Amino acid sequence: MPLLGTPRAPWPRRLVSALDALATPHGIDRYLELVDPTWSVREARAVVTEARRQTAGSVTLTLAPNGNWTGFEAGQHTTLTVEIDGVRHSRCYSMATSAHRRDPFELTVKRQPGGTVSSYLCASARPGLRVGLSPAQGDFTLPAARPDRLVLISGGSGITPVLSMLRTLCDEGHTGPVAFVHYSLRADDMPYRTELDRLAADHPNVRLLRGFTEEPGQGELDGLFCDAHLLAADRAWRDAETYVCGPAPLMASARACFEQEGLVDRLHLEAFTPTFPVSGPGVGPSGIVRFQRSGAQIEADGRTLLELAEATGLRPTHGCRMGICHTCTRHMSRGTLRDLRTGVTRTAADTDVQLCVHVPAGDVSLDL
Amino acid sequence: MTSPIDRPDSRHEPGTESRSESSPALRHHLTPDQVEKFGAELDAIRMRVLAGLGQDDVDYIRRVIRCQRGLEVAGRGMLQLALLPPFWLGGVVSLSLSKILDNMEIGHNVMHGQFDWTGDPSLASGAFEWDTVCPADQWRHSHNFLHHTFTNVVGKDRDLGYGVLRMSEGQEWSPRDLGNPVYAFLLAALFQWGVMLHDLEVERIAKGERPWDELRPLVRGIARKAGRQTLKDYVLFPLLSGPSFLANLVGNATANLARNLWAFTIIFCGHFPDGVEEFTAEETLGETRGEWYLRQLLGSANISGGPLFHVLSGNLSHQIEHHLFPDLPARRYAEIAEEVRALCEKYGLPYHSAGLGRQFGSVVRRIVRLALPSRALHAA
Repeated sequence: MPLLGTPRAPWPRRLVSALDALATPHGIDRYLELVDPTWSVREARAVVTEARRQTAGSVTLTLAPNGNWTGFEAGQHTTLTVEIDGVRHSRCYSMATSAHRRDPFELTVKRQPGGTVSSYLCASARPGLRVGLSPAQGDFTLPAARPDRLVLISGGSGITPVLSMLRTLCDEGHTGPVAFVHYSLRADDMPYRTELDRLAADHPNVRLLRGFTEEPGQGELDGLFCDAHLLAADRAWRDAETYVCGPAPLMASARACFEQEGLVDRLHLEAFTPTFPVSGPGVGPSGIVRFQRSGAQIEADGRTLLELAEATGLRPTHGCRMGICHTCTRHMSRGTLRDLRTGVTRTAADTDVQLCVHVPAGDVSLDL
Repeated sequence: MTSPIDRPDSRHEPGTESRSESSPALRHHLTPDQVEKFGAELDAIRMRVLAGLGQDDVDYIRRVIRCQRGLEVAGRGMLQLALLPPFWLGGVVSLSLSKILDNMEIGHNVMHGQFDWTGDPSLASGAFEWDTVCPADQWRHSHNFLHHTFTNVVGKDRDLGYGVLRMSEGQEWSPRDLGNPVYAFLLAALFQWGVMLHDLEVERIAKGERPWDELRPLVRGIARKAGRQTLKDYVLFPLLSGPSFLANLVGNATANLARNLWAFTIIFCGHFPDGVEEFTAEETLGETRGEWYLRQLLGSANISGGPLFHVLSGNLSHQIEHHLFPDLPARRYAEIAEEVRALCEKYGLPYHSAGLGRQFGSVVRRIVRLALPSRALHAA
């Protein structure tokens, strides 16, 4: 459905308060979204206008945001919210487009083994799908005064933020040398291959080097990242600003390489973690419960989250203490919990939990 | 799960020290083992329904919301021409239905956490506000916690008469109870305001059990919520309708009145018809999960009716299922009811259900009967 008539932000504040007063207690958004789910006077939302499958395990989404989307800087990410079988899930994805083309923009989602959202999007995303967006976040960005020399290195789906940087620089007519280094398992796994070839052909300052770790000889680079690869990318890499986004081992090698040369301040890293780090669910009570707002933490000992919170001196509002009234429901940023009522243990992130009927079965971080 | 769940709370002391001789289980000839088996069977129903929650449940509540918002916009729209009687009447009917759906099938159920699993912020129990003057957070305390935890426990469940009515023989008679039917009528007509004041527990302040300064944040919340509701219903929309100002205002008041009477009727049929049991604080001390389930069953009554009636009652017509599983989506209660009824037969337990006329009739009789002292009644 076209986005004809999508309300553009910012709406005049007085108009919004007047409409909210008439629409109290629900607020005007709850009525606008019934006309079109992407309409809102406050929240950034988008509709998928194109879903391209460039490689077998990924999908590239073109998103048309509503007027509340304020754009992004190359290298930033957004928290994308999508509903799967009635349940909302949120994940971070980096924008892949040039920062100068913010509407529509695109991002590429790589399927993660066991990943709820990435699997769903890779299998089912199609034009018309509605998603929620957070404002663009992250400081893995280029300085306003663009560096003369740049080395952009990525591995796997870490390609998106550095591709955004490359596209942005090309749009700006940047003339300084830019080396674009990408690693993937096989040539077939690499998204944006033709586009990168074209960018390199059109811009003499762009140098493209690819390493396919399972197919030696197929790309310009063989094997894993090492300082020889840096040298191949740019003989003067010590004078360049280097941006790296990829799996942890790639970033660790890059850091080691720059530390050895005493050039850590020229290296910029973006950690991308396909799954959140939690300690595995142990047998019986285990793990540390962190209360993020108060800074308190306590070791799990078989008591419920509510009792543990109280043991650290916190006084979360609560009611029945038996799982019926939901007064003690709080936001958990991540953690592994056992539900006392069902005995089921689950690991989850960004979800609301009832403190009184859950026992930690691993590390837990709570908004409390 | 058979382990007892403590319910310690600042106001309500936990304790297992003295168990009363009489108990709901004994009255119904159940052994402790049977009570726990009964509870385990209910837990199994709960788990099965929880596991099956998905898109259909979200789609359903969104359909109801869409319908409610549509009725609201249509009702407010028609009331803009409230000077013309057909528009006034159409507007009032639409807006009444909107407020009833908003409060009952949507608000009450969403605030119970029935859709918290969706992660949709507009269906989050902790954030939802409803179209009445009662602030949602105070409702969640007085209703979700006090009423649902201490259901029908005399002296603890303040829904037993809302601190105004004498609804139980266990509540001592005083001469002011002679006004019981009058108070009940006033409460019905002004129900949203009664619900609004409910969490203040004014009668506990009068008795000196609750300090005045606990009231300040509650009163601030009430002033804010009631202020916004009043501004919308009695100032802004009437002003927008220009020459229809007064007719519009009266129309909004009528819609609020209709919702008040309907909500009162349904809610009072939930726990006060004949046969529904009350409990003492002593016999519920150290209650197990099985015993808690049993008390919820014995303390609630259903109203039979068609699908539309169930929706308009917010599925509180399935009061028994609602009290057993307050956080399961209410549209599931109808299917659960079959199983609960079968369980009651298996364990020889009563399952109170009757049509609206009969249930409400018996509530009215109780309100009138309890206006008089119990002993006088026995003597007669």
